[in-house]
Amino acid sequence: MAYVRPVSKTSWYLARRSYTVHMLQELTSIFVGMFALILLWGISAVAGGPDTYQAFLDSLRSPVMVVILWVSTVVMFYHAVAWFSVTPKAMPIQRGEEFVPAGIIAGAHYAAWFVVSLLVLLLAGVF
Amino acid sequence: MAKINKAFFWSLFAAGGTLTAFVFPVLVLIVLLSAHGNPPEIMGFEQMQRLLSNWLVKIAALGTVALALWHAAHRLRTALHGLGLRADGAVAAIGYGVALLGTVLTAYYLLQI
Repeated sequence: MAYVRPVSKTSWYLARRSYTVHMLQELTSIFVGMFALILLWGISAVAGGPDTYQAFLDSLRSPVMVVILWVSTVVMFYHAVAWFSVTPKAMPIQRGEEFVPAGIIAGAHYAAWFVVSLLVLLLAGVF
Repeated sequence: MAKINKAFFWSLFAAGGTLTAFVFPVLVLIVLLSAHGNPPEIMGFEQMQRLLSNWLVKIAALGTVALALWHAAHRLRTALHGLGLRADGAVAAIGYGVALLGTVLTAYYLLQI
């Protein structure tokens, strides 16, 4: 029988830093899902009328929500950076014999992300 | 069939990851500003109602919420497996179930605006 190296099913991701980072990146999805539900909550509040919407805005100001939103902000930026940083591996582009350099593919994503964010902030009336 | 399902769920996961990477940081920032009592103009009821009355915006909003939920459900499913939880059937049913319910509810409320 072939030798099988024993690997813990519940703590393997603590064995190496890169595994731990990977697991943390996977867990950012908790906040992605949670924020999607906050958006759903906001949409339902708009459908409910001005009073319901005002109650939604008031709920956002509760200490618990403020903490959740601060953590979400940090986690969401981390998710974006981590996601775009692997785009050269996830979608390598070949031109002739050569592959387009990883920095260009990831850089194009970062640039597009910056432009999209700026546009949304402008349209939202933040500036 | 199983292979088709896998590719299908993975494509939703990848689309959700990309879309949320592009728009969620800035959207969370806008909601965070509101939570601190400095809501940008767009967070006013009339502005938000007008915005969500637009059909293109409705479709974009539904697509964003739906893909984010599917992304989270799929990624949490594999992460929980990685953390040693072996109840994959239940995890998948709950995760995809919440994603489906959230998608249907989002569509329902958007249609009321």
